[in-house]
Amino acid sequence: MFEALSEKIKKSLGSLRAGRQLTAEQVDAALREIRIALLEADVSYKVARDFVERIRQKAEGQEIWKGLKPYEQVVKIVYDELVELMGGASSRLIFTRQIPNVVMIVGLQGSGKTTSTGKIALWLKNNQERNPVVVSTDVYRPAAREQLKIVAEAVKVPFYETDSNEPLEIARNAVRYCQQLGYDTLLIDTAGRLHIDEDLMVELEKIKAETKPIEILFVADAMTGQDAVRSAEEFHRRIGITGVILTKMDGDSRGGAALSIKAVTNQPIKFVGVGEKYDAIEPFYPDRIAQRILGMGDILTLIEEVQTKLDEEEAAKQLEKIRRSQFTLDDFREQMRQFNKLGSMSKIIDLLPEQFFGGIKPKKEDLEKIEYQMKRAAAIIDSMTRQERQNYKIIDASRKNRIAKGSGTTISEVNQLLRQYEKTLQMMSKMKRSGLLGQLTDKFMGRFGGGLPHAFPFESEDNQEDSKSFAKKLKKKKRHKKKR
Amino acid sequence: MVFWRRKRQDSFSTSVLGLDKTIEELKAEEEKIEKEFSFRFARAIEKTRVSISEKLDSIFAGSKKIDETLLEELEEILISSDLGVSTTTHILESIRMKLSRGQINDLQALKTAIKEEIVHILQEASLSGVSNEESFDPKVKPYVIMVVGVNGVGKTTTIGKLAHRIKSEGNQVLICAADTFRAAANDQLKVWAERAGVSLIQQKQGTDPAAVLFDAIKSAKARNIDVLIVDTAGRLHNKSNLMAELEKMKRVAAREVEGAPHETLLVIDAVTGQNGLEQARKFLKTSNVTGIVLTKLDGTAKGGIAVSIAKELSLPIRYVGIGEKIDDLVIFDPYKYAENLFA
Ligand SMILES: Nc1nc2c(ncn2[C@@H]2O[C@H](COP(=O)(O)OP(=O)(O)OP(=O)(O)O)[C@@H](O)[C@H]2O)c(=O)[nH]1
Ligand SMILES: Nc1nc2c(ncn2[C@@H]2O[C@H](COP(=O)(O)OP(=O)(O)OP(=O)(O)O)[C@@H](O)[C@H]2O)c(=O)[nH]1
Ligand SMILES: [Mg+2]
Ligand SMILES: [Mg+2]
Repeated sequence: MFEALSEKIKKSLGSLRAGRQLTAEQVDAALREIRIALLEADVSYKVARDFVERIRQKAEGQEIWKGLKPYEQVVKIVYDELVELMGGASSRLIFTRQIPNVVMIVGLQGSGKTTSTGKIALWLKNNQERNPVVVSTDVYRPAAREQLKIVAEAVKVPFYETDSNEPLEIARNAVRYCQQLGYDTLLIDTAGRLHIDEDLMVELEKIKAETKPIEILFVADAMTGQDAVRSAEEFHRRIGITGVILTKMDGDSRGGAALSIKAVTNQPIKFVGVGEKYDAIEPFYPDRIAQRILGMGDILTLIEEVQTKLDEEEAAKQLEKIRRSQFTLDDFREQMRQFNKLGSMSKIIDLLPEQFFGGIKPKKEDLEKIEYQMKRAAAIIDSMTRQERQNYKIIDASRKNRIAKGSGTTISEVNQLLRQYEKTLQMMSKMKRSGLLGQLTDKFMGRFGGGLPHAFPFESEDNQEDSKSFAKKLKKKKRHKKKR
Repeated sequence: MVFWRRKRQDSFSTSVLGLDKTIEELKAEEEKIEKEFSFRFARAIEKTRVSISEKLDSIFAGSKKIDETLLEELEEILISSDLGVSTTTHILESIRMKLSRGQINDLQALKTAIKEEIVHILQEASLSGVSNEESFDPKVKPYVIMVVGVNGVGKTTTIGKLAHRIKSEGNQVLICAADTFRAAANDQLKVWAERAGVSLIQQKQGTDPAAVLFDAIKSAKARNIDVLIVDTAGRLHNKSNLMAELEKMKRVAAREVEGAPHETLLVIDAVTGQNGLEQARKFLKTSNVTGIVLTKLDGTAKGGIAVSIAKELSLPIRYVGIGEKIDDLVIFDPYKYAENLFA
């Protein structure tokens, strides 16, 4: 329907040769197209204006990426900026030890609250090992509570029922119910309401004050237009939302409301709804929505091209770096030693905030297991020759056999260690490539040793993996052991 | 303004509205009600407009002329009402032309020109000959109204309100619950049917909606029902299997009643952004939409996408939802709508 943004930018920038600095006029022309693309994607007028202004500042006097055409440069700046603004993907809900942790689900009429309540209950049950109860405080809409009851049955979580017709009382009773029966999570579905409905907004404030929710999720329809800023801002002002669920993303809307909502609330988009079924919920990926807002089905390939071009340069540099400062098995061993100096693992882990583990602290027995495994790993490395520690690639079958014997372990354990080391190498180069993460890693590694990340749940970069809890992984390992 | 075709002139004397009243008295009463509705319509869409008007006034007071700053402000108003880039550009171009011809000299004239432009778009759409109850032989029974739209826009609620009003004008109304998918859709519609005091045909969840419709038509014929209103499940317009389901329902209706469905109303939520146009395109293509119901206009969203839909697809806006109660449905009034963009 609309001409692709990349094409428009290409046209407005003419056929400039690669490597040239952009002039202010060229940037202007490109920015006009970008602004229109944002508005057509339903990004709020003001948010689009601010965004374009930021791009202008970035584009002017931008360092030139070699090999990129001017329009590619602009597209890349826009895309990167958008991803960054949408960023902070965190699809985990953070819980404490409190019983129950309350999650409030709020939003305008028909946005998808009740359906999302069911989806989140299912998600928490499957991915965060929570034990949720759902309750509806929608005493207004016909059959609203029946709806949630049916949803709860479908996802097999308890539905709290009461005779009360008073939202605050229902919420209060539900909390008590969870306390009595030890349910760790209570999801409160609320009635749809307009942000200008004073009485109903006060009602939300009261429910919040009464139940002290740990998360207040604002459910927004991905098809929302310019009004998104007003409703989101007002909900946030009144009750302080902690995250957003963007529903109906299985449609073909551009979803620009996501940017507006992020801009006015500065709260992360935690989930997207992608269908009417209760498992149709996904973590939020900033890059996907950025592509969508810019209408970039085709631009995607362009970005990928651009990215590879950049990556090639980057990779070459990285290779050089790694060549200069190898992270050898010796370093690996050294970091383990440093880590051991800190004391027992369970103590260290006690010092870390719960958020570190996505709400689930590893158990003591699990930690002992890791400690045991680390000792074995140290023994394996100690049984290697200096040459082998400098260059693990020379470790062939017969060497492995020798090392296993020397360390009193098995060949498969030696293999496992080498694989883990290799993974760490890969991860280090990956992390170094991205600025912020790199800094974080440096800090982390400096403190705890680089060999460790694999023992922790945050080893994987994608959320899918992440969502499998630490405890689950350990369980799997245990089972594996038993079989043998 | 009559909300819906009266069954018969004399139906008044036997209608619940009052056995003891003359037609004149009833007409006066009806007018009063309409006035009240149109007042509420205006109030509902007025809420946030004051600041806009004030802003325009202060800009104009500053420079005393219509300059780029003012036009930019105007652009912001139109875009922020969800009219979209294309419709906004269209309106602003005609304004610029009038400006250059010296036809607009002050802020008041400027506002008037924009309102005229919007009213023009909306009137064109309703004149373009889309059917309503007046275009059908009253002898054809039942008059079938299908209500369609994406998820959560307010179809079921609108049907409750519509049934209530059509019934209170002396018609026999039956509702068909053809949303057999959504959890508790039946329970919700049942409450609305009770509130409106009309009967309801429903079957258990998961039944083929076309089969429920077939049933409802049969029952409507047997009971000599005037108007059959069909609720459908919310569906996103890009899901071809669900759109095909609507086509099937349409075929069943056409086979059973001459010219049915006589009217297909597409419900658009006022908060909807530019995707609304694509919704209208797809629903128009598969289910011959004849008009728009713009719901939730009691919020701060202005529903400008409906103007773009009217412009691009010549679809008239027929009714407006202004709340969650049974009488929160009014006839769309282009003048008041345009008026209230600035208030
Ligand atoms: N396609 C699609 N439909 C969805 C999604 N989430 C919700 N829906 C549908 O949207 C409609 C409204 O959903 P509800 O969960 O009832 O919305 P709500 O916010 O609880 O509505 P109220 O309580 O009336 O304010 C239903 O038809 C849902 O099936 C989604 O991610 N994709
Ligand atoms: N404020 C306001 N709310 C409305 C209006 N019309 C409908 N609603 C509310 O919007 C929500 C969704 O309405 P429904 O009638 O269930 O919508 P639907 O299109 O039938 O939804 P699905 O069948 O799930 O697709 C409900 O909470 C209604 O009370 C309106 O004009 N104003
Ligand atoms: Mg609900
Ligand atoms: Mg419905």
